[in-house]
Amino acid sequence: MKLKLHVWRQKGPYTPGEMVQYLAEGINEHMSFLEMLDVVNEDLISKGEEPIAFDSDCREGICGMCSMVINGRPHGPDQGTTVCQLHMRRFRDGDTIYIEPWRARAFPIIRDLVVDRSSFDKIMQAGGYVTANCGSAPDANAIPVAKERADAAFAAAACIGCGACVAACPNGAAMLFTAAKLSHLHHLPQGQPERLRRTQHMVNAMDAAGFGNCTNLYECEAACPKEIDRDVIAMMNRDYAKASFSHRD
Amino acid sequence: MSWFSNYARSSVGAKHIMAVTGLALALFVFVHMLGNFAVYAGQDAMNGYAETLKSTGAFLWLARLGLLATVVIHIAAAVRLSVLNKAARPEKYRMFKPIRSSFHARVMPWTGLIVFAFIVYHLMHFTLGTFYYDYYSAVQELPGGATRHDVYSMVVQGFQIPAVALSYVVAMVLLCFHLAHGMTSFFQSLGLNHPKYNAIIRYAGPVYAAIILIGNSSIPIAILAGAVDLPGA
Ligand code: HEM
Ligand code: FES
Repeated sequence: MKLKLHVWRQKGPYTPGEMVQYLAEGINEHMSFLEMLDVVNEDLISKGEEPIAFDSDCREGICGMCSMVINGRPHGPDQGTTVCQLHMRRFRDGDTIYIEPWRARAFPIIRDLVVDRSSFDKIMQAGGYVTANCGSAPDANAIPVAKERADAAFAAAACIGCGACVAACPNGAAMLFTAAKLSHLHHLPQGQPERLRRTQHMVNAMDAAGFGNCTNLYECEAACPKEIDRDVIAMMNRDYAKASFSHRD
Repeated sequence: MSWFSNYARSSVGAKHIMAVTGLALALFVFVHMLGNFAVYAGQDAMNGYAETLKSTGAFLWLARLGLLATVVIHIAAAVRLSVLNKAARPEKYRMFKPIRSSFHARVMPWTGLIVFAFIVYHLMHFTLGTFYYDYYSAVQELPGGATRHDVYSMVVQGFQIPAVALSYVVAMVLLCFHLAHGMTSFFQSLGLNHPKYNAIIRYAGPVYAAIILIGNSSIPIAILAGAVDLPGA
């Protein structure tokens, strides 16, 4: 396959970037999208040019590192798929492909397609955990959890923190991420004692990081490689009101 | 009260405020429409309805101030959030394809601002009489010699001017787009969702918006078509 690529190139956080055209040749349709970029980069290196910087780690759709907007869709055209799991057979020979980084004030570009997502870590540090006593591990099944609750917690826990929700949101909001982390803990008994305080702290950390505000467009849900449901946001909205009107801090 | 200002300025709290004020405005629009239907019952019904409203005195002013505050809060929150949202994405995508959101949902701030401009125009037209003062100053003579404001003739003569009638219909179309998103959106903003009702909630906005559009637009259209006319005409 032969493809025409338009890729965002930016040397560093404070230098302006631009779209640069490349020709990708000798691409096998069974390659993943990232493997296609690897081939392009080998070619650039052999020509003495700087390779395109992009993030990846597991390349099996579970770590959340890979992150790029392909033809105007975070993670590309497939529903419920990370870029590393996107294959070139999804494109046709001769296609033109636009590749851009996640764009959000809270995700500053480090280089090319690599962005700094540590603002997600700040949200997690504000409450994405449960407080528990140390000591020996508790007995298995000491705390019963209903099947439906466990399923709902698991559906939210599938979030890999890639940031596609922010990239897709016309407002640059991080509500799907934050709400998924809350919903994960709040469907379980272990999450209940700190529930309202956790909601308040994580939402406040999200706001402080410079993310936008949800206008219920649900582009996040459409882009999420783990197909996390908008309902998690409704739960967060409800809990935030309860927290604000009943908590003393 | 510092907790309340923190709440109101937070992303989620500001959405709650938009939702509650938006809902209040939308319910007002509905009740206002029902009142306007008095025009179909003729001059006496319409003018009597207007007279009754006016006679409530202090209550009328309380309602007006409440509505004004609601509009101001709704707009202040909307403008603030829209500015923050623009700032959250300083560099635009060269190519971006929205797939789940509809166009009217993405232009809420614009339909909102145009509707606000319409509200000002509407108040100048029928409440203050800033223009078409001849129509505004019409009076109805009652048996016994008393007179009252002839709201019926004012409305009919106003909408007999095609450009005026058209401007109202256009404003209702824009309000309809605003409500089509808003009246579904507020459920999510307030966290009022349930798998059992989500399917109904999805249609709440479009259905509500259609009712307002058809109901309100019917009045200028009926007058323009001559189905509702001046008394004795
Ligand atoms: C008759 C007047 C109006 C009515 C009935 C109305 C109604 C509503 C409703 C029901 C919502 C949904 C709240 C939510 O998403 O939770 C809303 C949202 C909104 N309104 Fe209004 N509104 C009116 C006027 C305005 C005006 C004058 C503006 C001016 C800028 C405005 C801007 C907005 C914005 C930006 C949103 C948020 C949209 C979103 O969350 O997607 N509205 N409105
Ligand atoms: S590289 Fe790990 S999810 Fe794509």
